[in-house]
Amino acid sequence: MADFEPKIVAFCCNWCSYAGADGAGVARLQMPTNFRIIRTMCSARIDPEFILRAFSKGADGVIILGCHPADCHYIGGNYRARRRISLLRMVLEQYGFDPKRLNLEWVSASEATKFQATITNFVKTVKELGPTPLVKVVDRKDAVKEAE
Amino acid sequence: MTKSALVIGGGIAGIQASLDLADRGIHVYLVEKEPTIGGKMSRLDKTFPTNDCSACILSPKMADCAGHPNISMLTYHEVMKIDGEAGDFKVTVKKKARYVNPDECTSCGDCIAKCPVKDIPDKFEFGLAKRKAIYIPHAQAVPRVAIIDGENCRMIQKGKCGLCQKTCQKGAIHYDDKDEEIVLDVGSIIAANGFQIWDASIATEYGYGRIANVITAMEFERYMCASGCSSGHIVMPSSGESPKRIAFIQCCGSRSQKDGWKKYCSSVCCMYATKEAMLTKEHIADVEEDIYFMDIRSYGKEFEDYIHRAEDQYKIGMIRGARVSNLEEDPVTKQVLVNFTDSDNNGRTEVYDMAVLSVGLVPPEGAKEFADMLGIELNEYGFCKTSVYRPLETTKKGIFVTGAFAAPKDIPTSVAEASGASAKAGKYIVGKDFKPCAPKEYPKEKDVAGKVPRVGVWICHCGSNIAGTVDVKAVAEFAANLPGVVYSTDVTYACAQDALKAISEAIKSKDLNRVVVASCTPRTHEPLFREACQDGGLNKYLFNMANIRDQCSWIHMQNPEAATQKSKDLVKMAIAKTVLLEPLVGSDVPVKQVAAVIGGGITGMTAALDLAGQGFETHLVEREKELGGFARNFRHKEDGVDVADFLKEMIAKINSCDLIKVHTGVSVKDIPGYVGNFTVKLSDGSEIEAGAVLLAVGANPYTPTEFNYGKDAKVMTTLEAEKKIADGSFKGQKIAFISCVGSRSKDVAYCSRVCCSSALRNAIKIKMANPMADVTYFHKDVRTYGFREELYYMASQLGIRFVRYPVENDLPSYDGKSVKAFDATLGADIEIPVDTVVLAAGMAPNREEKEEIAKMVKVPISKDGFYFEAHQKLRPVDFATEGVFVAGTAHWPKFMDECMAQASGAASRMITIISKDKRVSEGIVASPNPNRCDGCGVCEGCCDYNAISIVDCGNGKLKSQVNAALCKGCGSCVASCPSGAMEQAGFKSKQICAEIDAFLNPAGGE
Repeated sequence: MADFEPKIVAFCCNWCSYAGADGAGVARLQMPTNFRIIRTMCSARIDPEFILRAFSKGADGVIILGCHPADCHYIGGNYRARRRISLLRMVLEQYGFDPKRLNLEWVSASEATKFQATITNFVKTVKELGPTPLVKVVDRKDAVKEAE
Repeated sequence: MTKSALVIGGGIAGIQASLDLADRGIHVYLVEKEPTIGGKMSRLDKTFPTNDCSACILSPKMADCAGHPNISMLTYHEVMKIDGEAGDFKVTVKKKARYVNPDECTSCGDCIAKCPVKDIPDKFEFGLAKRKAIYIPHAQAVPRVAIIDGENCRMIQKGKCGLCQKTCQKGAIHYDDKDEEIVLDVGSIIAANGFQIWDASIATEYGYGRIANVITAMEFERYMCASGCSSGHIVMPSSGESPKRIAFIQCCGSRSQKDGWKKYCSSVCCMYATKEAMLTKEHIADVEEDIYFMDIRSYGKEFEDYIHRAEDQYKIGMIRGARVSNLEEDPVTKQVLVNFTDSDNNGRTEVYDMAVLSVGLVPPEGAKEFADMLGIELNEYGFCKTSVYRPLETTKKGIFVTGAFAAPKDIPTSVAEASGASAKAGKYIVGKDFKPCAPKEYPKEKDVAGKVPRVGVWICHCGSNIAGTVDVKAVAEFAANLPGVVYSTDVTYACAQDALKAISEAIKSKDLNRVVVASCTPRTHEPLFREACQDGGLNKYLFNMANIRDQCSWIHMQNPEAATQKSKDLVKMAIAKTVLLEPLVGSDVPVKQVAAVIGGGITGMTAALDLAGQGFETHLVEREKELGGFARNFRHKEDGVDVADFLKEMIAKINSCDLIKVHTGVSVKDIPGYVGNFTVKLSDGSEIEAGAVLLAVGANPYTPTEFNYGKDAKVMTTLEAEKKIADGSFKGQKIAFISCVGSRSKDVAYCSRVCCSSALRNAIKIKMANPMADVTYFHKDVRTYGFREELYYMASQLGIRFVRYPVENDLPSYDGKSVKAFDATLGADIEIPVDTVVLAAGMAPNREEKEEIAKMVKVPISKDGFYFEAHQKLRPVDFATEGVFVAGTAHWPKFMDECMAQASGAASRMITIISKDKRVSEGIVASPNPNRCDGCGVCEGCCDYNAISIVDCGNGKLKSQVNAALCKGCGSCVASCPSGAMEQAGFKSKQICAEIDAFLNPAGGE
């Protein structure tokens, strides 16, 4: 399992976390390559269905990054995101899916180092959890090099 | 000919003034002497009282400034000379040699890496960090381009080196750059030069510069800031370790008669020190902190709550009434010894790891020369001279002032006043023949409806920034084979003028109907590429970006293979979304170019005059029979002129102004509508159609229930005392003033801001008229902030007795003959016989009336009962509901001059809306599919902007409806819709799903 490279979808809001990710770049903060960022204007745009779709298509982890509480560009979008994600985590758990694969964090536009740490930790967590149980290993040759 | 406006100083005040003028269609020159705009605010970590990240809230404003077609940003320029007069100034400006062409620099940073000159103290970091001779001022700099410090550059000084020029692939570096002079024609000028920090080394007793672990609060900000000198680690300069005990020393440089110190209060230090102490706890959980102060001056909106939070929740020690006498250093441990007198009047020493000096604000460097050059006067403290009745005007016609250049002040006040100054400055430009800046014309957009996607892809090298890690050619080849792509190429700099032109051309020559650029971040560069698309006749929403620099090559430098794969994925994801993009047109919403001002006090009248001054029909609504509001109660003079006389003059101006229609003796019944189209319905049946509405409904005086007020003839409020003093009927000989009546109590949590100064003003009057009068002032803190500190000083010089009673205690007691209190300074109970008790009564919000109007326009009320603005820091007079504004005491208790400045600010904000006959709504708005919507209403409750309503379609069926004019495009409602009816243009579910699939599905497309 040492060679397992998880696929992670990262949803970032335009105003805080996406800017924080840019900031990490500006500061040349190095981190694992496993994640791909999808930008929405607000973390509240992230429909739980997107997350379920990502998992069903074989994502090993999904992380949502939004503005800190009270910092939301759209007044209270991040609070809505928080509620939705908490609920979804409960649903995932009820279906026997490890909710640790879904994470929500706050990263402000100035928190480049927090972005780096958050991504690094999440990749580590997902690596420890192993490949998603939703997609058979045979379909995941791109992710798992010869299990032997 | 229509003139431009000139704004001097690119701090937050200058930025806001420029944006307001530009949004009104006036061309602005924004001159900043530093290489980047942003001023002091860009160096703060967080801001009080919301603890908002400073950079996060400032950066969008900076980007707006840089991208605004009506703003010519002249950074690293300096104003040298001004000729002419109001309406027709000729301004000579020096363009300082930058040695780097900002139009060519891509801020890649290659030159900086190569520069051999290290260890130059970084001014931005207050010398706490080092920089090279070629540098970018800081990560959020605008413009974010390099600059050479000519004094330290080897090439410029000795003609030897040239490494940066050789490295720069864009050829942006020019060692022969020279200072140049340019002349600008402007109609009016706004001076927003800001302030500088008091030189803490003057306070030799505090050992700044001598004691290692004594630093200034501004330096401390840089330690706290994640992008600062220590990457957000708060450390002791002596050891680099985290401090365990920190002391904050207030009034460093302020409120003192000492040589080199300032007599005034710097207005902001109490709050920023508290903020720093609070936030430090988030960095170092077990840190112990104490703040040493004489008075804690938390007089602003919800500041008092903030102080309580610091004390109760964060357990920050508040050492009251303590002027620290000196600081010493333990030679062995390098700890800082704080010597002060404690509440028992004993000399005491406390030991800390670090001491932070809350340094005051002083006039900007070279203020005197600057004022002479402009021909304006400074006040006795060296700040720009203004008057109570004209808070935004300098002594020279056509030149206005805003921000801390007029007096030390906080950010929201600066922002509100900056808007205000632009309302004033605009008046000199929008004369009869005023032509607003014409919006740019683009070629007709091609019709893409029903056309098969033809995507053009540009993969940027960004010099070696991307290409150094990512195999750019391989990515371009990969992209060429993706569905929908008809053209794919790599380019050295996609943002270069020639590349942008190539994109516009290719849209025509290759018949592209979608464009993807894989390069840096859309946050900075999307507008640029969108414009190139528009130049090529393509709707700007058919463009998409893949961020393969900031979010790929720069963060995966050690892993080129994986970074290349990631770039391919990101490009594939972007293309997958792009083929599904649709052209969007923001809809035109007509705007009624009329203003409605609710409330005819000083605030409302000031706003009305500013609005009419720029030629807008304005309706002024007052529920009383006459104009004037609360100020009609005042019996004092300001700057030698009776408030009553000023008021009379102002009302006459209003009545003689043809554009202002006054409605007195009427109340507001309802205000339906939205930005640009409100209908203000009045109790007399009349209706006002207005594009913007100002709520200037004021506040009420607090009616005391304490001290037997109303029953005991000896007890009166400050206002009543003022009346008696004015008409000669004040007879008191033994007078007690009691502060904080109806403020800072169990029932009323906030500080009413004005009571200390008003009370002292009258106490002084009494003492001046009758030096034998025995006057005692009972207080918790004396909050004579800013230049009002003069009142406190004068009162104590006149022999007025000050008795500080503990904050946590109830008010002093009164038995009809004497006032009793515990004197915290003496440490004993005292009893003072009195024949008159003057209550410094606070301001009450008149919550019921505010709530009534708040419901009509859907704006929030703060917990204390005042109106709650859109953003406490940067949108102080706006509401989240667009088109509705607030000013004066309806927003928070404040003085007359503050009300007037804020009123002008609100007028300016209103003008940005009603100066145009239509508004273009944002393209990425939400809209429901009526066939799927069953009117459940979940979306309605989800919308923070009240953009959604559930309407009856006539057949009993309910449907959701989005008002595009109000929608901000967050997409919250879309995610909430249980039937999938709601969609957000530009972020449709299928578009986002396409991105997800493109990443996770190795086969591609589906």
